[in-house]
Amino acid sequence: MPRAATRLDVRDRVGTLRARTGIARHRYRLNPGLYCVGEPSPASPVLVTANYKLSFDALRKELSGIDAWILVADTRGINVWCAAGKKTFSAGEIAFQVNRARLAEIVAHRQLILPQLAAPGVAAHELHKKCGFRGVFGPIRAADIRGYLARGEEVDERMRTITFSFAERLVLVPVEVALLWKRVASVTLAVFALSGLGPGLYSISAAFHRGMTATGATVLAILAGAVASPLLLPWLPGRQFWGKGLLAGALAGIVYLGLVAPPGTLFDALGLWLWIMALSSHLAMNFTGATPFTSLSGVEKEMRRGLPVQCLGGFLALMFWLLSPFVG
Amino acid sequence: MKEFRYLDNTAILRLNRDACIGCGNCATVCPHRVFALADKKAAINDPNGCMECGACATNCPVGAIFVNPDEGCGCAHYIIQSWIARIRGKNVNTCGC
Repeated sequence: MPRAATRLDVRDRVGTLRARTGIARHRYRLNPGLYCVGEPSPASPVLVTANYKLSFDALRKELSGIDAWILVADTRGINVWCAAGKKTFSAGEIAFQVNRARLAEIVAHRQLILPQLAAPGVAAHELHKKCGFRGVFGPIRAADIRGYLARGEEVDERMRTITFSFAERLVLVPVEVALLWKRVASVTLAVFALSGLGPGLYSISAAFHRGMTATGATVLAILAGAVASPLLLPWLPGRQFWGKGLLAGALAGIVYLGLVAPPGTLFDALGLWLWIMALSSHLAMNFTGATPFTSLSGVEKEMRRGLPVQCLGGFLALMFWLLSPFVG
Repeated sequence: MKEFRYLDNTAILRLNRDACIGCGNCATVCPHRVFALADKKAAINDPNGCMECGACATNCPVGAIFVNPDEGCGCAHYIIQSWIARIRGKNVNTCGC
């Protein structure tokens, strides 16, 4: 029986950092099966979780001084909520792990404590039929497990309600940015190449100078759409994310083009401003996938409005940028 | 969630009160506290709070709840891919989250 530590060591923290920055986000899993913390007895509670290591770590680090069993389901290395949404975290999978670990021979009771966010995939009422264990939904957050166990497995409204605090948004930002680098690199190369086109056929100097200004604008758009928009989410007006990102991009663009790097021509300025707004809007819109309150119907609805605006903005930006040397 | 509200009148969530047996599972699992029990049956208290996670429908023992069944976590890139895939008649890879 593997015994899990309830304190994260340096390797765990490095692993967390790698997963959170997108370096090794998809290879961060552990073997499914039964684990324990402390010195559990047949009467100790059984906590169920996913085999994404961030999920497992989030749980075990809250269990110091607690004797418990941890049943890790095979969710293909995906976290509790997303795996439940994809139905890989299911009553069938949990029942399979219960039987594989021969849990009925290890514990005397017949109860599994499930994370509340497993509910989209796990039909708790089917568990008993499938493996003889009853499933009860514990709190959403692992941090509330201690209080939950201490108070006789009672869950209050606060423990059952999802939150999306500043800190919870902040930890999502690095991955949002890191996953962009390939696309950013190819866009940047293309922009440098196009920036040299002009009346004198091609200018290396223009390619460099205009390319640098445009790249600065791209970086700014990423900051506005993928960093500022998530962090300032509750304070940016409106409910549609593409609008929030557009506004953040518009403001950031005014500051950049007005104060930091004033472009040479009006067309350059218009092109870059539109580019910053379009890209920032798109990145903010994509953040919907990382929030815990946007419905799929809602995201599709706002995409039908936002995407055409972003495409038009990007197209006009390109036109202004290409025409600028000829009219400037 | 009080501090964050998404688009009103958009989420697809339906409850068949005639079929409801009042077990309260939906009220238990909903992370946005959309349901309440009234007269020994579930009631949708805050329809605009729904994010279509599907927890209530999965845990309703009598199938009285219908939630938008489309797969997807709401990543815009994934939705774009699925739109393109629908046009081309192919399946999409998952978004990876």
